[in-house]
Amino acid sequence: MKVRVYVSLKPGVLDPQGRAVHHALEGLGFTGVEDVRVGRLIELDIAEGTDDAALDEMCRKLLANMVIENYRIEKLETA
Amino acid sequence: MAFRGAVITFPGSNCDRDMAVALEKVWGEPAIRVWHGDPDLPENLDFIAIPGGFSYGDYLRCGAIASRSPVMRAVVAAAGRGVPVLGVCNGFQVLTESGLLPGALMRNAQLNFTCRPVPLTVENAQSLFTAGFEEGAVVTFPVAHHDGNYFADEQTLDRLEGEGRVAFRYASPVNGSQRGIAGVLNAQGNVLGMMPHPERAIEPELGGSDGRVLFESAIGALVDA
Repeated sequence: MKVRVYVSLKPGVLDPQGRAVHHALEGLGFTGVEDVRVGRLIELDIAEGTDDAALDEMCRKLLANMVIENYRIEKLETA
Repeated sequence: MAFRGAVITFPGSNCDRDMAVALEKVWGEPAIRVWHGDPDLPENLDFIAIPGGFSYGDYLRCGAIASRSPVMRAVVAAAGRGVPVLGVCNGFQVLTESGLLPGALMRNAQLNFTCRPVPLTVENAQSLFTAGFEEGAVVTFPVAHHDGNYFADEQTLDRLEGEGRVAFRYASPVNGSQRGIAGVLNAQGNVLGMMPHPERAIEPELGGSDGRVLFESAIGALVDA
């Protein structure tokens, strides 16, 4: 089973990387960009039947740092 | 009495030798070198140092993978028994990632890798690591990091301040850290994490010897104990 974990900074946590990307976009002449936040996408290929609790634990124990980050799990249909 | 100080090495650590040299120079006892894959620490350690560097190439997040390595389970257990643990730079990141210290270290606000001596204010001169300093004294330690921007929520910051757990504060802004925090203690006072490098300031030839006081304080605390 393919699973995507999106890790993003919590609202209110300053994102220096996002700011730099924002600045670079402006440098390229793209106007109208209000804000940029940089996150992380982690793709997992896990055994069928892995339960949600285990997935949550993976996120909380390693994939996200709960002090500064949130995560969202998306399960992809296997083709 | 022989002091048993250990320095942990992860793949990508690069200040482990500096730390071992500093411990030996100040204490007169060679440091025990411990590899990250060791599930057990040597017995009867008096001090554990987690050095700077780029453990596991900073993959995922700085210190994230190292903090889940076998040896860190033993370090967490030792810290729980009261063994002094010092984490410097990447070592500080490992300690926050392991949950031994609160907060997190984010990319420097100005985005630059910052490598220079910086003045620090000693905020707590009563911990086992800082008893040799005078409270409020300004000392100079080098910093060399890209991700030293200390973050914790307001409630946590208030608690740290209220409990005297801010050990060192930057005397002027360095990396955007909340409230200028450069080093924090755990609630029991036996774990210190800090971005600046005391081991790089142990003799005048290195540009200063303020860092020596930290290691002398630690050994003094051990003698008294």
